[in-house]
Formats: sequence, C-alpha cells, structure tokens
Amino acid sequence: MTSPVGEPGTGRNGGEGGDVVLSVRELSVEYSTGAGAFRAVDGVSFDLTAGAALGVVGESGSGKSTTALALLGLHRNTDARVTGRILLGGPDGVEVNGLDDEGVRRVRGGRIAMIFQDPMTALDPYYRIGDQIAEVYRVHSGADRRAAWTRAVEVLDRVGIPDAARRARARPHEFSGGMRQRALIAMALACEPEILVADEPTSALDVTVQAQILDLLDELRADTGMALLLVTHDLGVVSRSADEVLVMHRGEIVERGPVREVLRAPARPYTRALLDAVPRIDAPRDARPVPGEPLLTVAGVTREFRRPGRGLRRETTRAVDDVSLDVRRGETLGVVGESGSGKTTLVRMMVGLLPPTSGRIVFGGETITGLPDRRLRRIRRDMQMVFQDPASSLNPRRTVGDGIADPLRVRGVPDGEARRTARELMERVGLDPARHDRYPHEFSGGQCQRVGIARALALRPRLLVCDEAVSALDVSTQAQILDLLRDVQEEYGLTIVFVSHDLAVIRQVSDRVAVLRGGALVELADVEKLYASPTHEYTRSLLAAVPVLA
Amino acid sequence: MTLYLLRRLGSLLVLLLVMTAIVYGIFYAIPADPAVLVCGKGCDGGRLASIHHELGLDQPITAQYWHFLEGLIVGRDYSSGPDVSHCAAPCLGYSFQTDLPVLSLIAQRLPVSLSLTTGALVLWTVTGVALGLVSALRERRLTDRLVTVFVLGGLGTPVFVSGLLLLMVFCGWLKWLDFPVYVPLTEDPVGWARNLILPWLTLTILQSAIFTRLTRTGMLETLSEDHIRTFRAYGLPERRVIGRHALRGALTPLISINAVEFGAVLVNAMLTETLFGLPGIGQLIVQSSNNVDLPVVAGLTLTAGLAVVLANTAADLLYAAVDRRVVLT
Repeated sequence: MTSPVGEPGTGRNGGEGGDVVLSVRELSVEYSTGAGAFRAVDGVSFDLTAGAALGVVGESGSGKSTTALALLGLHRNTDARVTGRILLGGPDGVEVNGLDDEGVRRVRGGRIAMIFQDPMTALDPYYRIGDQIAEVYRVHSGADRRAAWTRAVEVLDRVGIPDAARRARARPHEFSGGMRQRALIAMALACEPEILVADEPTSALDVTVQAQILDLLDELRADTGMALLLVTHDLGVVSRSADEVLVMHRGEIVERGPVREVLRAPARPYTRALLDAVPRIDAPRDARPVPGEPLLTVAGVTREFRRPGRGLRRETTRAVDDVSLDVRRGETLGVVGESGSGKTTLVRMMVGLLPPTSGRIVFGGETITGLPDRRLRRIRRDMQMVFQDPASSLNPRRTVGDGIADPLRVRGVPDGEARRTARELMERVGLDPARHDRYPHEFSGGQCQRVGIARALALRPRLLVCDEAVSALDVSTQAQILDLLRDVQEEYGLTIVFVSHDLAVIRQVSDRVAVLRGGALVELADVEKLYASPTHEYTRSLLAAVPVLA
Repeated sequence: MTLYLLRRLGSLLVLLLVMTAIVYGIFYAIPADPAVLVCGKGCDGGRLASIHHELGLDQPITAQYWHFLEGLIVGRDYSSGPDVSHCAAPCLGYSFQTDLPVLSLIAQRLPVSLSLTTGALVLWTVTGVALGLVSALRERRLTDRLVTVFVLGGLGTPVFVSGLLLLMVFCGWLKWLDFPVYVPLTEDPVGWARNLILPWLTLTILQSAIFTRLTRTGMLETLSEDHIRTFRAYGLPERRVIGRHALRGALTPLISINAVEFGAVLVNAMLTETLFGLPGIGQLIVQSSNNVDLPVVAGLTLTAGLAVVLANTAADLLYAAVDRRVVLT
C-alpha cells in the first residue's frame, strides 16, 4: 500500500479532513450462478469525507460499478446478495444494508444521489426534463408542484443550462449528451445530498464536454461540500478530479492512496500494468518515415443528409463538408474528432459504403465514386473495416470460424480452403484455432475484436479502416489490440485509416493525423507536429481538454 | 407533417383505386349474373335483357368501372324508363338487389359497426393492458402462466365458437341477458351497452391476447431500461416508477399495434355481427357478396379501405403526439 491515508479505521481522513459521511466496511456482493456463488465485490472497506473526491478505478469486471450500486441499495430485489456494512453519516450513521425498502427509498436521492454513464438513456424520453427533476424533488421534500418546478429550474441553472426556465420544458432528445449529463447532475443536486456517486459520468462524452462536466463536479463539490465517489476506468479522469483513489481488481481493493502518489509510484504490479497500458498523450514515440504515393485520395468530398423540416421544406445536414486528403501507401492515418464531426461518414465513403453527395474518391488509381455495384464489389475486397462494437458486429448465430471464412466463401474460395485459412487467421490474431466452432458470445470483448480483425484480414486487403475499433475495450485489452494491428500492418503491408475520438490512442498509432470538426477538415499534419505545435485553434482546445496522468 | 399528410392522402387514393378495380375484376371473372337474382321466378330472355340494360350490365366492365368512378367524383344520372334521377357526388350507385342508394345503406349500418368495434377496442385494450401488467409484475410465477394460458386460449378460439358459448351461458342457461338486439346509442344508452356486451366480450376474448403479450414484454423491456434505474436510484416509490415511467414506455407501441390490427378486427367484427344478428356493415358485406350486388360490394370496399387508412393515420398522429422524438415523414 502506498499510504494509509483514507484507509478505514485509521482515524485520519483524506483531503481537508472533513467529517466522514460514508463508511463502508467489508462490503461483499455475491451472485449465485449455475457454477456456484460468484463474488463481484469482495470485502471492500473505505471512508468518504465531506467535500472529498474519491476515485474508484478498475477494468470491466473489477466490481467498481457493483460497489457503487450497492451504496444505494440498488441490488435489492435482484439475485445479488449484499453483506457488510454501509454506514451513511460515518461510523455511527444509518446502516443502509439494514434499512427496510421504504427507508432505503428515502435515502436514495435524498442523502446519496447517483449519476450514470450513459446520459442518453438515463432520463425518461417521454417527460419534460423539468418535470422529471421536479418529480424527484417532490418525492423527497413534499413541496407543491409550483415550488418543485421552481427548484428544477434553479438547479438546471446552477449546472449551467443556458436559459434554464425555457429549457426545463424540453424533453431529453432535445438535449445534447453533455446537457443531459448536466440535467442528471441537476436532478442529483435538487435534494442537496451529502454524497454524489458518479458511475463513469463522462465515458460517453467528448473530451471537451468531459472537461466541462468534470469542472462542474469540482465546482459543486467546493460550493456545497458534497462528497464525490467517482467510478471510472479512465485513469486520466481520476488523476484530474479525485484526491484519493482506490484501485479495484477482481472485486478487491488492491491499492489505495492519494491520487498523485498512486499514479506516480504505484506499489502494486497490477496498478503498474494498468498505468503502462494507458496510451499517453505526452509519451515519446518513435516516428516512422511516411512513404509518399497515395493509395486512396479523397477529393473535395461532401455528404449531405436530408430530413423533413417544417411544412413542405426539408432540412439538409452537411455531415462531411468538402474534405480533401490522401491516404499514403503503408501509413496509418489517424482521423480524430468529436461526436458529430463526420468521422464515420467520411470513412464509410472511403470504402464505398456510402456515396458522396459531391466530390470523388480514388482508390489505387481508380475512381470508385459512381462505380456500378458489380465493379465496386471487386475493389471492395481490397478495403476492409473493423467496427467499434466487437460483439454486435459479429453475427451471433454464426461460429467465429464461419464468420471469418464467410468473406472468402463469398469470393468463391472452396469451403475446405476457407476453413483452413480461417483457422490460420485465428492463430495469427492470437486466438486458439480449436475454438473456431464456438459462437461470439463465448468470447470476451477483446477476443471478439480479434475475430473482427481476422475477418477483415481474410481477403488480404490493402486498406484497413478501423472505426473506433478499440473504444469499447479496457486499457490493457486496448493495448494488446493496438499491438496486434501494428504487427499485421507490417506483415500484410497494410495501409490503415484509424478513426477514434481518443487523442492519446490516435497519437500512439498514427503517422499522420486528420482533425475533423463539424464535417470539415481543420488540420492534417504529421503526428509529432500536430501534437507538439498544432496550428488550428480547435486542435489546441481538443488537446488541452485531454486529462493528463499526474 | 404537411408532407406526411399529403403523402398519406396520395397513397389513400391509389389504394382505393386499386381495391375497387380488383372488386370489379373479380365481379367480371365470376360466372354469377346478378340480373338473374333480380329477375326472380318466371324470368324470360326479354325481361332479363331489359334488366341487364337497366343495371348497366350490358356495357363492358371497363365502362361500368369508369361510370362508377365518374359517379364518385362528379355524380351520375340514372334513367329508369322516362324519369331521370340524378345521384350527386360522391355517388356509390344503387343496390342491384334493393334499389336503395348504396351510400345511405352504408350510412345506416355504420353506427352499428362503430359501436361494436370502438366498444370492443376499449374493452380489449383495458383488459389486455391490465392482464399484461399483472403478468409482467409476476413474471414467471403462477399468475403469469395462468394469464398466458388464458389469453392464448382466447386467441386460439374462433369468434363463432366463443360467441356461441357466451350466448349459451349468459342467454341460455343463466338467463342474465336477453338475446342481443341492436338499440341505437342515441335512443337508449343503457340498452345499447346491455345488448352489445356479449359481442364486445367475444371480440375482447380474441384480441386481448395480443395486447396482453405486448404489454408484458413491453413492461419487462422498459423495466430493464436505464431511466427506470435512474428513478429507482432517486428514491421514487416503486408504484410511481411503474405507473408513470415504465407503463408509459410499454404502452406507446400499442397505439400502432391497434392500427395494424384494425384490418383483422374488421374481419372478426364481421363474423361477430353475423353471429349476433347485428345489422352492421359486416352483415351487409355477407349479404351483398352472396347476391353479387356489385355497387354495394364496391361501396363497402371503399368504406373499409378508407377506415383502415384513417385508423393508421390517426395512430401515426397519436404516436407522434405521445412520443415527441417521432418525426412524421
């Protein structure tokens, strides 16, 4: 252990030494499965003091979210068995685990509130945002309708929703992701809880929005003395916003201490491995010489989408706006931008999945824009894609071996040979070929992504387009997949277009980087140059928003 | 929105044109001659020919169809002997069988069918939602299974079986109700409902299965959604979470199901009317088809097509009003 600070029972409290508002002792959560009991959380103890921010980090399956849910008694009426003590208000406080349902209900939202990862789905789509906040406030305060509405507008204003009185009447789909997360924070604030549990509050948000939300949480904590439990997989976020950190692995706390100490000098090998896997925006990297001739040329490409507007009019959205760039043979071109910047639309046009509204795409000297389907199909075997969600981009009813072999079969490769190639490819991407007759759900996320890469490699393409290919993976898995991509790039002589919202990942894999904003290309430069001295102001603001490890 | 309504109107016109053309096509293809039925006993060749001429059956079928469309849009003149009567647009013509204007025949019977279907619709929606809700909240327990058996049994029973059983039990053995006779709502609301209760139940037994199953799956799905977890995490009482947030999400799809089901409902309503002797559209369809009464059949086809399209449009508009994320195109 790095330091005893924040460890329970020491009598010392982290941060500024405020009162303990939450004491957790020997908390365990057990699920009964077919093969016996599974301990998702195993003997976790910690204290949280008023006004402090405690980070909980770990990879998926580490038990961090399960711990967070247990604090609000959200495992009630499920198969999970919760043991240990959760003391609200410190060592002599209310035992959440011992309360009846009604008691827990009062605590939830009233004394301890929670915000969730996906602000897109965390609000009821059918009701006005102000009404949803007012409803929660009324349940806890007994205020009348009018007073509750006033309170809702007040907290929405507090979390920085512009023109809150009017926007309170909006429904969730009229809010952006960042605004929805603000609205959820407003709901949490409404009843002035002592503790805010934030479960991956910014994982679904763009970096610039993430920075705003984290700033807001800091500010609210300072203003109200509310304690924050920040659950995240992102060490950068913890480094930026927490005072202390708990590192969880397989349900247990493996390391704890002040953030700076833990991140700078981790005591445990697990923490060190976790830190090593994180792509750093400031780490040195070896540059590769970029060959000159283009494999793919995007010439003045624009893509518009039309949807109905008022009356008979139609609204046109320009997803990609007059973009021109070259992808050079053998290089990795990083494409980075926030959500809605047109990254995915652009690469879908590159591989001919979507026709441009204007402009043209040239691949290997041949213009593919406007090419009839039959001829496009022939060219398509040279360009393959790897998608973001590894599990849902594989057919759940095909074995992985068949999934990899299918592109070959489509091209008329005899069945036996296709199967053999599929097994070879599985071996190549680090999967056991003996598992070729298993189904995708029997594989982990990282393994599914390996299957996706094997499938893309089956036809020996010249261009590989990876659309957020590692965004859904844990850092250690992400590092492995990035390694794999680098290896196969060398072996197969691939040209890679790598799309990501993650500036650190882009920096690690790319030779050159294209920055998109609102459909337009704002900057395209060699990776070193772009990160060291960005010329465009937008690129600078993006880079500034990335949380950097201490 | 405007675009949506224009589009719907356009497809309505095309649909009605195609449907009536098919009716005329079928009429042309079948060997039956309505004039023989009109002519009755002691019919001779001369009389039959004059009836043919009177009904316009001596013209080619395309001309007959053209006159039909003409009547719809601008009205048409009928001459029977010396006097000429004008039938103003929208003119559906006169029944071969009874010589009554088709429009008034339909108008007369429409309230009966509307009473039957709307009443049954309310009843099966309420029953289906209630059973589905119970089923979802008692998932995989005895209640859930009993409800499932009950509604699937209902779905598998044809209208004429369940209707007859209801008649036997309530009118025959228990004698709680008289055999249904249609009483207009405007004359005697209590009598209206009393007489329609068995036909309503008959349709409800059949239709509530779909609603029960959909409400059940809808509820289970919504209950696992993130926003439900949000409200539980914010300490809303479970009754409110279910009644206000989960039910709303589960019920919205039922709007469009009601519209999709509308066509099937019309068929079952027709059988129910015939079974209970209710003088509605359904009965008229059966009679006119048996008598090869082309103008009536064509008029009814138009009415049914119109009703289905209107029901679907209403459902779309309602859906967009309930779920603001929906943009009609």
